[in-house]
Amino acid sequence: MSDDTLFQSRRNALKCMAYGGAGTLFVLAGGVFSPIDLATAADDNSGVARFGKPLFVQISDTHIGFHKDANPDVTGTLTQSIDLINGMAKQPALIIHTGDITHLSKPDEFDQAQQMLSRLRTTELHTVPGEHDIADATATEYFNRFGKASNNKGYYSFDHAGVHFVGLINVLQFKAGGLGTLGSEQLAWVAADLQHRSSSTPIVVFAHMPLWSIYEPWGWGTGDADQLMQQLRRFGSVTVLNGHIHQIVQKVEGNITFHTARSTAYPQPEAGKAAGPGPLKVALEQLPQMLGITSVSVVKHPRSLRLDDSTLA
Amino acid sequence: MIFRGYRALAVLSMAALGWGATGAPVQADSPSTSQILIKDFMFTPMSLTVKAGTTVTWANKDDEPHTVVSDTGLFRSGAVDTDETFTFKFAKPGTYHFTCSIHPRMVGTIVVQ
Repeated sequence: MSDDTLFQSRRNALKCMAYGGAGTLFVLAGGVFSPIDLATAADDNSGVARFGKPLFVQISDTHIGFHKDANPDVTGTLTQSIDLINGMAKQPALIIHTGDITHLSKPDEFDQAQQMLSRLRTTELHTVPGEHDIADATATEYFNRFGKASNNKGYYSFDHAGVHFVGLINVLQFKAGGLGTLGSEQLAWVAADLQHRSSSTPIVVFAHMPLWSIYEPWGWGTGDADQLMQQLRRFGSVTVLNGHIHQIVQKVEGNITFHTARSTAYPQPEAGKAAGPGPLKVALEQLPQMLGITSVSVVKHPRSLRLDDSTLA
Repeated sequence: MIFRGYRALAVLSMAALGWGATGAPVQADSPSTSQILIKDFMFTPMSLTVKAGTTVTWANKDDEPHTVVSDTGLFRSGAVDTDETFTFKFAKPGTYHFTCSIHPRMVGTIVVQ
């Protein structure tokens, strides 16, 4: 829990929430990133103004189609998350979904997710698929809907407000028995994409699986991520955003800040603390803490990144 | 469907006890089947030997969905949710490795004789 007085109003906002999942709000101020408490943003306009105009919100692991004990109502928690984002006085310019949009890659699950996400006041949505999004027999449902930005390759980049965003896919190529990988073609594409960019350009890399090794026995990592990091090290500000593990794990390594997001659907156990990385059932009153909003706060010259964590309750 | 599953499990158990497929009762309504249980993020048994022409059934008893994906692309289930099954008939002898594309550390092998 943050000591910052900025978050004093959070409790009031949280009392209104049964349980809720979340987004991470990122604000650009002074050329650096500042992910902030979404609940505070909705409730306390001065907090948002202080950080500056919100740049984007990260939503992850919505798992539409999941219907088990860990959360019998994933559409309800996604609705709450969307309502929270829509309630912000200053809207983010972009929404980034870091994958596992659906639970079973079914057409009706994708349809429902898209329908729900279209309720966001912010219309610009960028996605990367999770392994649950490419589980259909032909692995085409995701790309039929979201493949255009990447010509169905799954990787692409775009720029916004002087920040360079790189969306990567690390759930498609995997070695049986091993970790997901980026693959040589994608890595070569990243090299070309970054080649002529100034090292002072803030970079945001987003992909579903963690792009560093968190816990390999559960597949929490990417086999060839080191090669990606070699390419990113020269940049002054790099933010790596992932999902997949349904909890926050973060690390700062030089100029690179790594951060995984909570799910809006259900929590998972901490690394190694269960038989497998399946859904974690908790007491209903505890669920808000597990689905709670991720917050990262960075506002500093020169461009540097600092991570703070906030829980929903 | 569930009833057939129990029968297949019984055949498998008796084979494990050393009775052999020829001595074990075979269902009259289908050719020989064999089952792989998906539980606790594992395929059990991890290696299964069957005769050519056998239909193998994978049954998911985990809370998580899984997939069954052949390393060579020969077969690929969609998402197999809890209590759902996937079947594939192995016509030709050979060794067939497969994995779960959602949890790629899960691996298994079918040996077709």
